[in-house]
Amino acid sequence: MKLLVGTTKGLVVFEEKDGEWSIKDHYFLGMPVSTIYVDERNNIWWASLAHRHWGQKLHYSEDEGKTWPPVAPPKYPAGSLLASGKAAKLKKIWSIQADGKAGGKGIYVGTEPGGLFYKPDLSAPFSLVESLWNHPSRSDNNQWFGAGRDHPFLHSIEIHPDNPDHIYIAVSCAGVFESKDGGKSWEPKNRGLIAAYLPNPDVEVGHDPHMMHICKSNPEVIWQQNHCGIFRSTDGGENWKLLSDPKKVPHYGFALTIDHDNPDRAYVIPALSDEMRIAPDLALRVYLTEDGGRSWEALTKGLPQANCFDIIFRHSFDIAGQKLAFGSSTGNLYLSEDGGESWNCLSSSLARIDSLCFIP
Amino acid sequence: MPTINFTSALKRFFPDLEAEQIDGANVSEVLQNLEKIHPGICDYIVDEQGELRKHVNIFVDGELIQDREKLQDAVGEKDELFIFQALSGG
Repeated sequence: MKLLVGTTKGLVVFEEKDGEWSIKDHYFLGMPVSTIYVDERNNIWWASLAHRHWGQKLHYSEDEGKTWPPVAPPKYPAGSLLASGKAAKLKKIWSIQADGKAGGKGIYVGTEPGGLFYKPDLSAPFSLVESLWNHPSRSDNNQWFGAGRDHPFLHSIEIHPDNPDHIYIAVSCAGVFESKDGGKSWEPKNRGLIAAYLPNPDVEVGHDPHMMHICKSNPEVIWQQNHCGIFRSTDGGENWKLLSDPKKVPHYGFALTIDHDNPDRAYVIPALSDEMRIAPDLALRVYLTEDGGRSWEALTKGLPQANCFDIIFRHSFDIAGQKLAFGSSTGNLYLSEDGGESWNCLSSSLARIDSLCFIP
Repeated sequence: MPTINFTSALKRFFPDLEAEQIDGANVSEVLQNLEKIHPGICDYIVDEQGELRKHVNIFVDGELIQDREKLQDAVGEKDELFIFQALSGG
């Protein structure tokens, strides 16, 4: 098994051999690897780079990292305007997701500012999903707006496991949108979410999901870690229910991963409030629910419980069976091989970790 | 024909990059001709709207170009162009 770790200073590949994990390779040294994604259909590795000088780039590897050809990154068509009236330009690639079509190589990419792009195969260029870009809410800066970034960004793309035309996306800030026709049309799906930072917290669009996952074995169940708490839907996104208490931990955070075989089982790694963004109580704790979010158990064995400033970003937490891994803002990488009961530090000397994923 | 020079940082992505003479009466034309020789390089220098990236600088005959949007600064036959990454981060 491998673990790909995207850091601000390169892609680091850990490998397990005879029960021991070690660094096998590294790529893109010194470059900010903002997103890592592995297409399970064909084992193509995707890496997006967020160069400070040279713009956003996208590479893929069909040979487990030996070679990394570039592909032309998504481009906003001429005339694409932000709500401000300024020309839209690619600021960052936030998410990569296979299109769900069996045997294919098509991917979706979520971007900042607020774009969804589709690339049907390795040779075809990206095209902007115009139906979402032209959704009436998108050009209203009371409904789509930046939070912590200058512009709204599309960080979660989830495909229904039984129907590649059924797509959910999540935008920070705008909320969740659903398409049932392969991206031709989109409906907001934010009923029950709370936008506590707005005069009207019950808006249709203007929410701040931080991370969203659909349960592959029971796709009616969708989880999200939101700016305003942890939410779950059990009816395919029609209604969301708050599962956390703003006065308690967990509530705020970014990292969420779920058990795809059990719709009641999920993990979060909270952060302390939007203005602090440090580990709550300066202790690194993973929280597990096994009852659909009614109760949360802190998992701490092997994790530092004092003087800890790490937070875990939205794409830096992954699960593969009983194995879980997360990487932190301060370059620490932790692994559990027993469903989160205990944790080992694989490295404490990486750069900031923005993304990671297992390869079985 | 003007001569174009590059920051060594770009050689990481385009290993064959060397200073060379490239035709063009303004910066935009020079870059268009550069792209023919090194496909993909302009994506590192300008954004999808054709504007010079925020943290990239181009000098013509020792002067920073003025038109970062349409790159219409004139380039003379004997001018030297320099493409640099802007200093950032100390």
